[in-house]
Amino acid sequence: MSWLIAGIVVWLVGWGLNVWLANLPKTRLTRLVVPVLFGVTLIAIWECVVQGFNINPVLLPPPSMIAVRFASSTSILWQDFVQTVIKGALSGYIIGCGAAFLIAVVIDRFPFLQRGLLPIGNFVAALPVIGMAPILVMWFGFDWQSKAAVVVIMVFFPMLVNTVQGLQATDHMQRDLMRTYAASYPQTLLKLRLPAAMPFIFNGLKISTTLALIGAIVAEFFGSPIKGMGFRISTEVGRLALDMVWAEIVVAAIVGSAFYGGVALLEKAVTFWHPSQRGQE
Amino acid sequence: MRGLWFRIGPIITVVIAIFVLWYAGSVALNSAWAHDKAKRAGVELSTSELIADTMNQKKPKLPPPHQVGAEIWKTTGDMVLRGKAFSKRSLIYHSWITLSSTLLGFVLGTALGIALAVGIVYNRTMDMSIMPWVIASQTIPILAIAPMIIVVLNAIGISGLLPKAVISMYLSFFPVVVGMVKGLRSPDHMQLDQMKTWNASGNQEFWKLRLPSSMPYLFTSLKVAMAASLVGAIVGELPTGAVAGLGARLLGGSYYGQTIQIWSALLTAAALAAALVGIIGVIQKHVLKRMGMAQ
Repeated sequence: MSWLIAGIVVWLVGWGLNVWLANLPKTRLTRLVVPVLFGVTLIAIWECVVQGFNINPVLLPPPSMIAVRFASSTSILWQDFVQTVIKGALSGYIIGCGAAFLIAVVIDRFPFLQRGLLPIGNFVAALPVIGMAPILVMWFGFDWQSKAAVVVIMVFFPMLVNTVQGLQATDHMQRDLMRTYAASYPQTLLKLRLPAAMPFIFNGLKISTTLALIGAIVAEFFGSPIKGMGFRISTEVGRLALDMVWAEIVVAAIVGSAFYGGVALLEKAVTFWHPSQRGQE
Repeated sequence: MRGLWFRIGPIITVVIAIFVLWYAGSVALNSAWAHDKAKRAGVELSTSELIADTMNQKKPKLPPPHQVGAEIWKTTGDMVLRGKAFSKRSLIYHSWITLSSTLLGFVLGTALGIALAVGIVYNRTMDMSIMPWVIASQTIPILAIAPMIIVVLNAIGISGLLPKAVISMYLSFFPVVVGMVKGLRSPDHMQLDQMKTWNASGNQEFWKLRLPSSMPYLFTSLKVAMAASLVGAIVGELPTGAVAGLGARLLGGSYYGQTIQIWSALLTAAALAAALVGIIGVIQKHVLKRMGMAQ
């Protein structure tokens, strides 16, 4: 009972505090504190509800139990992290985005390819590409190579479409100016069109971070060596060890946010000139 | 006429190129097995025999298009002709299972997304506390917890359609929130001031200005949400142990090495995605035309 009361108190206090903070003038501090407070309140309520209603930890473990499990099995989590994120997701991300970028530059050079490949690229980007996972696992074996291959396919088309779009982002005036300077094709590409394409390229890169992690984890459901985040999640669910599953989810959440955040920071450094970045100060 | 060819020609060329590559790929990938078989039988294969063999294997590494096409026909059209359209071996049955949870998840996700967007636009506290989490929620590879959602909901007695729909909902609400927030905020100051001069109430402002002007944004996000919802439904079917649905066909195929079955499920899923997104596109065109917003 006391847990439930504590939960209600936390809810009211957190809510009140947030309303008060949100109505203060917007500063960098409130912009950071308000969502953090919201998250902390949510976790506290979760803990209180689980303890108060005596919910079976097999269904929903309390956050404290997840934290304990996280702390006590860091070596397994690290091993899974290396297998899935570093070997599977990251290598596939680099290969896929790199290949998509290069092909986008080639497509951009030839209008025929542009008119042919772009509608198909747009079409494929909307397809459930993740379904390729079992086929790729069959082709490349159970280890990380097949996961990287899934990631390559998943990130390729969003990246391709975005890059091609970005390369067309310059207007006629700008390109005509380059012509009056007698700039060659490589010069135009390097000095005008690639920089102008950067916001689009980073958009593709950001979308791809999430897709890469999803691809690497889901591909492990179709077979993997006895390590990896997807493997761990599917086996621990089978054993009803949900605290371990949640610990893996925490890892996935941290990795996903860090990956996305890292690319976003890079974007800020590279496209500092773009209105969407300048407006934020 | 030249205009049509100008647009369609390159696409047809690329599609033909894909088919050529597909056939070439299946010859290349399947020839190892054909060679193996020939060696054990003690015969030497000529090139034409080799190619003929790679076209007709039972469990090819990469089934050529006509085998996949035949399999799709066998499990859809043929079944309908024999009056067994909804038997468990029919792809129509499996597509229907997937389609129903996709649509339910899509409707739930859209409703949740619009509700959240309205809250975010009208309530400063919600804007500041929820919006960052909405974005953060998508950096989490949520598909990874699909098996857990299924198992947990199963344990408390909810099974069948709803758990899969929950996963679809989770994937599809995000594009709707982001698009609708943008859309509801798209009327500029002039228009909002005009509503003020007409003494419009908050309600009127919402129904007559903000909601109509958010429509183009809504439809764009609905297309993304529909595609995401289908992915969610397919992945949601994996951990249920390959019972029914396109995801189950994929998993079952990968257990037993039935590559033709995997490819036919994959192509069906692709066709389903294309059809669903296409339908939204048609509705979008008509609605925006009626509203005088057609591009």
